[in-house]
Amino acid sequence: MDPQASAAPAIELIGIDKRFGAVHANSNVNLKIERGVIHGVVGENGAGKSTLMSILYGFYEADAGEIQINGKPVRIRSSREAIDHGIGMVHQHFMLVQPLSVLENVMLGAEGGPLLAGGAKAIRKKLSELGAEYGLQVDPDAIVGELPVGLQQRVEILKALVRGAEILVLDEPTAVLTPPEADQLFDMLRVLKRQNKTILFITHKLREIMDLADRVSVMRRGEIVATYETAATSPPQLADAMVGRKVILKIDKGPAHPGGVALEARDLVVLDDRGVARVQGVSFALREGEILGLAGVAGNGQSELLEALAGIRPIASGEILVDGRPLPPLAFDARAMRALGVGHIPEDRQRVGLVMPFEACESAMLGFHRQPAFGQGVFFSRSAIIADAARLMEAFDVRPRAPLLKTANFSGGNQQKIVLAREIDHNPRIMLIGQPTRGVDIGAIEFIHKRIVAERDAGKAILLVSVELDEIFALSDRIAVLCGGRITGERNPDQTDAQDLGLLMAGVSERAA
Amino acid sequence: MSAPLKPLPAWADVALIPLVNVAAAFFISGLVVLAIGENPLEAVKLLIVGALGDLEGIGFTLYYATSFIFTGLAVAICFHAGLFNIGVEGQAYVAGLGAALVSLYLGAFLPGYSLAIVAILAGALFGAAFAAIPGYLQAKRDAHIVITTIMFNYVASALMGYLLVDVLRTPGQMNAETPGFPHYGDVPQFHELLKPLGIHWPVTPFNLTFLLALACAFGVWALIWRTRLGYAIRAVGANPTAAIYGGISPARVVIVTTLLSGALAGGMAANVILGEEHRLILEYTAGFGFVGIAVALMGRAHPAGIVLAAILFGVLYQGGAELAFDKPKISRDMIVVIQGLVVLFAGALEHMFRRPVAALLARRTTQPPI
Repeated sequence: MDPQASAAPAIELIGIDKRFGAVHANSNVNLKIERGVIHGVVGENGAGKSTLMSILYGFYEADAGEIQINGKPVRIRSSREAIDHGIGMVHQHFMLVQPLSVLENVMLGAEGGPLLAGGAKAIRKKLSELGAEYGLQVDPDAIVGELPVGLQQRVEILKALVRGAEILVLDEPTAVLTPPEADQLFDMLRVLKRQNKTILFITHKLREIMDLADRVSVMRRGEIVATYETAATSPPQLADAMVGRKVILKIDKGPAHPGGVALEARDLVVLDDRGVARVQGVSFALREGEILGLAGVAGNGQSELLEALAGIRPIASGEILVDGRPLPPLAFDARAMRALGVGHIPEDRQRVGLVMPFEACESAMLGFHRQPAFGQGVFFSRSAIIADAARLMEAFDVRPRAPLLKTANFSGGNQQKIVLAREIDHNPRIMLIGQPTRGVDIGAIEFIHKRIVAERDAGKAILLVSVELDEIFALSDRIAVLCGGRITGERNPDQTDAQDLGLLMAGVSERAA
Repeated sequence: MSAPLKPLPAWADVALIPLVNVAAAFFISGLVVLAIGENPLEAVKLLIVGALGDLEGIGFTLYYATSFIFTGLAVAICFHAGLFNIGVEGQAYVAGLGAALVSLYLGAFLPGYSLAIVAILAGALFGAAFAAIPGYLQAKRDAHIVITTIMFNYVASALMGYLLVDVLRTPGQMNAETPGFPHYGDVPQFHELLKPLGIHWPVTPFNLTFLLALACAFGVWALIWRTRLGYAIRAVGANPTAAIYGGISPARVVIVTTLLSGALAGGMAANVILGEEHRLILEYTAGFGFVGIAVALMGRAHPAGIVLAAILFGVLYQGGAELAFDKPKISRDMIVVIQGLVVLFAGALEHMFRRPVAALLARRTTQPPI
């Protein structure tokens, strides 16, 4: 490679502009990423990070602007062209075929001809070379679906490297990892950086940026608003740049005043859709006026536990007690649980909590649509439905205040506010809250956290499930950690730290002395 | 992956896109007509004049349209619950049995118009009962309703064949059909109703069932968008998981929806069996149940769209018959080709013109950035 080219930045985006109808997703984005650095991109949801990466990876074509790779302008119209230019993408949701082996997954799309044997041999050789070079060992014959998530991600990275990627783009790579797995990933990325690979790292977790990145660019409303050397910035400065105003990362919260036990689980066992026991004997007691945080890496049974408590997933054994009274295991559903005063803010609002094609006012009564307030007799009262939705939207600052707009057309944060408004407004005594701020931008997080604490102070019993340790720490009065369907420990938030919880989340149930 | 476009304005979505789709279907049909050596413009003229040129043509057109409204609504109500009911043909066929049994055997006990009313209700009941089995199997046994309703069309065909040939046929009669019904149980035809008013309408099978069909269309609209049951149906259709979260039982909704669908399919029996034939004949449904799928697709599962689409298909049926009569080279099968193309463009390729139309509209409303 001639010296001039190596002096040029690995990627330079010049004046990238992209509109989706009225939405200006990227406006005049200029971004320079030097070779051999780890460059973070942070921004709120909807700031345009994903659009920018999709343009870089050939999913979308920019309306205007230029992409230069190693100083040469290129056009990237498909992922294949991106790969040809040395760009490898590691998606948040892995693009892996679960029942195939590691080798077969890596080979997919690069078979090298109609017969597999030759390609397989070459890929196997490459895999062992890469393993030695970067310390990325994976058994090529292991079935991907049987590997832990951290290793699956390694396979994704290997896929990119085998195809000759010089530039790796990682989209929210730690969302599914335990803290120790995330540390391993970071070590891996540092090794790649030493080999002069360029790494573009997208996240909304400021801690990771501070940990890993050499440089960080902040996106807001489709623009790059600032680029800092990581060493010369701080999380508060980044947060302010992301939101465009001062943000309080820590909320004020007085001590809890727990009352009587409102919700109790005894030896709950819950199966997932495939009949695998995901909750394996969980017991806990939740009191009025306290927030019990349930920490754990995604996929360790918290979803199934929450669904079972909400009455939308049957329990295989054990019992649930509301106000000390056991519920018959087969005779309850979501309707019955609501009638008992249990509100549920589901983890996945788009799949569970809302009906996307419905008007916002229709989504805003889901679960409560039988109430006479929405119309006596057979017919609904449209005016009552719309007025109720307008009132909720006002109280929870849902934007835009459009009860007739389709639910799908609201941003993630505003969708979440619709769910929150609906559930809180009906004044449940017990609230089951799953991932209340997933995909919600920082400004809305502040609002949602304050509301949850206010509900606690009003004497509600709140069970909070979150994979964000920051959120667990910010809100919980007690923290229980779930791993492999079991509670591996309970901690007082004042007497623990991320490392301690990380061990529990990884299944180490006793604190190392 | 392609970039999402700005959503179309409502009027373009409900009116312009279907029109463009129909125009495309007619254009391709025109090429076929050209290929068999006829003048497509002349053919279109004959078709339109045959269907809408005089009161007789209009009467037949609306008579066919009445059946299409019922079968279209039957398919559409299931669409809203996320179900694809292919069995409307069989359900309408069995509904005819209900209407016929009442007319044949209860005539002595039911005076005047009450016979027709009970016969219509019996038709709806039989249609619903026949739809209930696939509905139950879907709801409780996860047997896919597409598969079961296809099979149930054959069951209906075999069952009705047996009953008409071996049980209900008048002895000594060659045709596989029931005896005629008592005439006071007929659904009155419009030419009879209008005669006392001094209005002369030519004799056509166009009967009062048409008004029932319009009322059902309005009823389906009100049910789907203005009642709790409709809310539950749409929730289950759009997102069963969210429906369960909302305390709605998808199994119950699936069963209720298929019952309603079968009952709507039964409306066709009122139109054809009670309004025109006055006896039950073999294969009286003649594929109208299947065309209902096209009607529902074209009407975008909205009752207003279904009424319009049903009238369009009524025009194709009536005009096509006239066309085949005038132009021997163009057989009745040509109409099936046109219908097929309409289904292809309005259903399978529904979104083909969406992007160009959206792009065109976007260009007209906003100047592109320079």
